[in-house]
Amino acid sequence: MAKTDLTIRIGGAAGDGIESSGAGFCRAITRGGLYAFGLPDYYSRIRGGHNFYSVRISDQPLRSHTDPVHLLLALTEETIPRHRDSMVEGGAIVYDTALKIDADALTGDAIRYIGLAMSEVAEEKAGTSLARNTLGLGVAAGLTGFDLSALESVIRDNFARKGQKVVDGNLAAVGWGYEQGRERANDYPYRAPANPNAPARMVMDGTEAFSMGALAGGCRFASGYPMTPGSPVLHWMAAHGHEYGVVVKHTEDEIAGINMAIGAAHMGVRAIVPTSGGGFSLMVEGLGLAGITETPVVIYNAQRPGPATGLPTRDEQGDMLFMLHASQGEFPRFLLAPGTHQQAFVTGWRAFNLAETYQVPVLVLSDHYLAVAVRTLDAGDLDFDAVTIERGALLSEGELDALEEPYRRFQITPSGVSPRAIPGHPNAVWVSSSNEHDERGAITEEKAMRVAQVDKRMHKMEGMAAEIAPPARYGPEGAETTYVCWGSTYGPLREAVDRINAEQPGSASMLHYSALWPFPVEATEAALKKARRVVDVEVNATGQLARLIRTETGFVPDDQILRYDGRPFTPEYIIAHAAG
Amino acid sequence: MVSRADFDSPERPTWCTGCGNYGILNAVKMALTELDIAPHEILICTGIGCGSKLPHYLKVNGFHGLHGRPLPVATGARLANHGFRVMAVHGDGDGYGMGLSHFAHAARRNIGLVDLVQNNRVYGLTKGQYSPTSTPGMRTPTSPEGAIDLPVPPLALAITMGATFVARAYPGELRHFVSVLVQALQHDGYALVDVLQPCVTFNRASAYDFYNERVYKLDETDHDASDRTAAWEKALEWDERIPIGVVYRVEGQPTYEQQVPALQDGPLAPRPLTRLSADQVAALRAEVM
Repeated sequence: MAKTDLTIRIGGAAGDGIESSGAGFCRAITRGGLYAFGLPDYYSRIRGGHNFYSVRISDQPLRSHTDPVHLLLALTEETIPRHRDSMVEGGAIVYDTALKIDADALTGDAIRYIGLAMSEVAEEKAGTSLARNTLGLGVAAGLTGFDLSALESVIRDNFARKGQKVVDGNLAAVGWGYEQGRERANDYPYRAPANPNAPARMVMDGTEAFSMGALAGGCRFASGYPMTPGSPVLHWMAAHGHEYGVVVKHTEDEIAGINMAIGAAHMGVRAIVPTSGGGFSLMVEGLGLAGITETPVVIYNAQRPGPATGLPTRDEQGDMLFMLHASQGEFPRFLLAPGTHQQAFVTGWRAFNLAETYQVPVLVLSDHYLAVAVRTLDAGDLDFDAVTIERGALLSEGELDALEEPYRRFQITPSGVSPRAIPGHPNAVWVSSSNEHDERGAITEEKAMRVAQVDKRMHKMEGMAAEIAPPARYGPEGAETTYVCWGSTYGPLREAVDRINAEQPGSASMLHYSALWPFPVEATEAALKKARRVVDVEVNATGQLARLIRTETGFVPDDQILRYDGRPFTPEYIIAHAAG
Repeated sequence: MVSRADFDSPERPTWCTGCGNYGILNAVKMALTELDIAPHEILICTGIGCGSKLPHYLKVNGFHGLHGRPLPVATGARLANHGFRVMAVHGDGDGYGMGLSHFAHAARRNIGLVDLVQNNRVYGLTKGQYSPTSTPGMRTPTSPEGAIDLPVPPLALAITMGATFVARAYPGELRHFVSVLVQALQHDGYALVDVLQPCVTFNRASAYDFYNERVYKLDETDHDASDRTAAWEKALEWDERIPIGVVYRVEGQPTYEQQVPALQDGPLAPRPLTRLSADQVAALRAEVM
């Protein structure tokens, strides 16, 4: 059991720097030897509104955020009524006395209200009221008994590029806040003492984990159009492009994005297209182009609720069946759905190996929750040593030199994979065509060749199926209820399963899909045949995984927990809906 | 030495007798031969349309992609290997209709490729609908009472968008066409070659007779192709007299690929694809600690 488990939430308006403060706090928590799980909640606007950032802190690894809040830092009036119902008994609300807060708002419950002249002191110490965020984090550290020096080290790093004056101002603000918190700590029951003996750990969001994996896996080209929450992969690649030799092109639209990636991949460069569902919608014809030309590209879709603009900054797993069926015609594709930061990293490099080995498009289904949630990871959680670069049937210069017959780019083979050349060798001059073509690439409408080429492409599915991770079970075999989920629902569901089993040992287990296509039919049948009661848990309105399982196996779950209010699951939400 | 026979393909064109595409095919072969560019040293990216089948009809590396999208494919290929010659070849429906935004953006990027547009001012492969460059009033299956839209002015648009080489060619003047194409291939940056392509099946009103009476060669006039204002006027000249040749050219502008920091060490594609070094892994880990 965790000795430390509490959530600190900072609430304000867009433009207040809530997200960077929250992410900075996660880093400080990590440097202090604890585990953080940080989650921003923000509106699709640049100024105003109500944004908040939650940092859950524990001495044990965290895989999910949770509902209860132990400490609320209110930078706007609106923050208090919005979150008071989430406060635990004995929790504290720290607010800026510069706010016009209705006195009635500061009464009742078993909550402590701590008013501090945050803006005024921030202005005095740092020359800007923006430093009240930092000051507030100092109060949080003081109240919970956390280590000020960890917070100070992050301030030094994060503000360094703004100059020593800004660093000093923020240090003064955080120091003042810390003292205010410490003076009041005796009456505050929740503690997050730093662990100076902990090994060094990492802290990152799912975007960074995936991007690092992709870079390690040889991604050298990224083209796309900004769309929340997919664009952070484009940003990450752009920030690292110069140093690591990655060309990043912000394109005129997503259609250009996918087609540029196909052009780069055709020339032998590992290419990715980061996007969200709306952008992927524009890429659909390009996906088919990659399919028929057998061009290895990776498409990363960080889902958000649709259709159309939907809820741009919120959560949903609504694109699975769309991505599975996108584009006219039939061709093989991979559909991968990492559920954790560790899986995102592995998917990042493995997607390129799968794309080149099978010469197919690889679709990676992330979502807003996975993309933006910040987690502390142990050093071993990202295994760079395990990274391999496998390029499949890629002809070497020597093999091309030795080629005696005319090169056949689309040669019929038992595996369906044809030896692939990169343009530039005199022995391998060919045309890749979006029309159906013969083995050399020439356009054909002959019946036999059409069938042969379709069969060739579809034969790849056999090899591809063997690459698919079977759904992973967590929890005891023979449990009363087996919960089924995919992608980022892993974290909240795993914690729900743990909590259910803590109450009633052996009653719950879960089955998590991190890869959806080719669908793991046999593993699914084996797992579900043994299950007693099966409950499908998804962040969408129609239960897309359940539909896929039914299509592929005929199996129908007994019950469903579906959430589609734009928010990700929490363990509490799942448990509350699991009773039936 | 490269010879014209090096480009021979076993495929027989599906074009109508008298189609302007034969002249375009010949001009491409002749220009490549003149510049000693072998079939394996160039990638021709095409869209969809009669003319986009061109790479099948000569021996050359080709990528015959989607309607309207050859420029992004060509751009991606060029960014992946800027040591490699890249051409886009597509029709007016492809380049000035569906691909109009890619055209405008390719021009302003000054990406190093030749963009050859087979501008027959009609849709051929889908059988005779009016195109983005058709004459207003043209009666076609999708405009039975006459097209209403004004035609896209490709040369003026290219100049406006910052293109560094803008030319027009005519297959009825093959030697001249080849010389224009050679100059385009020699140009460092984005080069538009808009080709007045007669379509003898679906646009007889704008076929050889129409152009033969009107075209004149800019290099036989005192046109100064480095003068943007003069180029602008020539770009819009139509109806009575139609200029062919290099309308606008500015040299010495940096190409897109020359300005990409990640490409300072040379083209991407030939670099060995290796795992990250221990130092690189340590640096990435340090970023997130």
